[in-house]
Amino acid sequence: MNLYSTSLPKETVWYFIRKRIGFFLVLSGFIIIAAGSSRLTGFSLIDAFQAIPRVVSWMFSNLIPDKRAFERLPRILEKLWDTILMSVMSSVTAAVFAFGFALLGSVTTKPNNFFAVFSRATASINRNIPVAAWAMIFLLTFGQSSFTGFLALFFASFGFLTRAFIETIDETSISSVEALRAVGAGYSQQVMQAVMPSAMPQMISWVLYMIEVNIRSATLVGLLTGSGIGFMFSIYYKSLQYKSASMVILTIVVVVLLIEYISNSVRRRIL
Amino acid sequence: MPQLHVKNLTKYYKDVLALSDVSFAVEKGDFVGIIGPSGSGKTTLVRCINRLITATGGEICLNNDKNILEMNRSEIRKARTGIGMIFQHYNLVDRLTVIENVLHGRLGYKNTVSGVFGHYTEGEKRKALEVLGLLGLDEHVYRRCDQLSGGQKQRVGIARALVQEPEIILCDEPISSLDPGSSKKIMDYLRKIQSELGITILVNLHQVDVARTYAKRILGFNNGKLVYDGPSELLTTERIQEIYGKEAHELILN
Ligand SMILES: Nc1ncnc2c1ncn2[C@@H]1O[C@H](COP(=O)(O)OP(=O)(O)O)[C@@H](O)[C@H]1O
Ligand SMILES: [Mg+2]
Repeated sequence: MNLYSTSLPKETVWYFIRKRIGFFLVLSGFIIIAAGSSRLTGFSLIDAFQAIPRVVSWMFSNLIPDKRAFERLPRILEKLWDTILMSVMSSVTAAVFAFGFALLGSVTTKPNNFFAVFSRATASINRNIPVAAWAMIFLLTFGQSSFTGFLALFFASFGFLTRAFIETIDETSISSVEALRAVGAGYSQQVMQAVMPSAMPQMISWVLYMIEVNIRSATLVGLLTGSGIGFMFSIYYKSLQYKSASMVILTIVVVVLLIEYISNSVRRRIL
Repeated sequence: MPQLHVKNLTKYYKDVLALSDVSFAVEKGDFVGIIGPSGSGKTTLVRCINRLITATGGEICLNNDKNILEMNRSEIRKARTGIGMIFQHYNLVDRLTVIENVLHGRLGYKNTVSGVFGHYTEGEKRKALEVLGLLGLDEHVYRRCDQLSGGQKQRVGIARALVQEPEIILCDEPISSLDPGSSKKIMDYLRKIQSELGITILVNLHQVDVARTYAKRILGFNNGKLVYDGPSELLTTERIQEIYGKEAHELILN
């Protein structure tokens, strides 16, 4: 049979025409929404593009670190180290609690429905409060301190990780847990012998991701709570020492990239 | 005295009736094939026997022991040690090695702490090796299960059931994910386990011809009801039609 001479069935032709029409509808929908919202907010893409050269030249004259900024580097790095430690600590502590809650909340390991609903509700409330709001909440009770920053990061991470761990457990261990149940294994045996080995690599990967996120948010949280690298930034910024402030930003960027690189290589090894 | 006694077993999922007043008895060492169209209640039945699913009503007794439906948590754990289970998707911990997975079969006998830390006795390890030899897996003892083929994984699943030293093994479509070659091998192993070790085999099967070849006795389900209970030689075309309804036509043609 010659593949090229037979004509396509009508419904096949129509199927592809319909798909193409659908694509154009979605595309024009996007354009309309973008145009509409830019009118509403007074934001113009063209103005924004025209402003780029000005922004760049301002950045070059004001944000290239000078000698003074370099002299401050040791102190900046010290604060940065504090921030990294705080991010790692808040992520890891949150992970421990999140694992407990995830065991209660996942379909695979929930002891009963009451705990499951309780765990999922707690996680989802936590997750939907932004880290800045957490910082504000704890500022009222603990004042400006690194403990406030730690708590803010901890609670935001806890909600996110609980949710991520619940999904990981259900995705990776539901079948092996069932097998262990059939064998007569008890709850803690199921958790240690089936859930842990199956879910651990993915959970570690989530914690690494959380550390990355937390280093970024630690900057913002530090601004509010007067601690860590964010605090350094706000001091320089408020005293109009933009070159030192940009030094802070540069070190943050380098650290975030470094952490991302490290966690990617760890991931490659364990997954 | 029959080894397994099922009386008036009923299972509702909310208002879906999955098993309707099912009664039968199985003698020790029987090879029983369970057939029926999909959705007829086969999976529900085998999972009710080790109470992975809690039946709504009825009676399931092993060796005239207490009704499995009425057992408390520790009683059911103990009962499960004597019941092996083999799954369609093997249900192994893929990231652990073959022998670790096989030793999981011992967990029901162990105290919490040694089970949690995977601390097995020398005797248990020897038993695991012996069983792996029996299933032709000597070369793969220390391999991670995610490196095995489907047929090999299912043999690991069988090994895990065997180290339990069970008196009965339940199989839920053990060959539905396997190619014909591996399927035959798995079914042959099950037959060997039944004939040489005297372990009762209850196996859900999708394929009527396989059920007829291996099982001495067939249970046929339709819509949650036990509609055939008899020797496989008496499973005539008409009987198959009764079990499968409209689907029967295709089955018989194949
Ligand atoms: N977890 C469940 N919740 C609700 N209905 C279910 C569930 N599991 C099975 N069923 C229903 O029970 C009936 C029997 O299912 P099943 O035992 O899986 O049959 P089979 O294994 O023969 O295909 C089907 O109608 C199915 O839809
Ligand atoms: Mg089934």
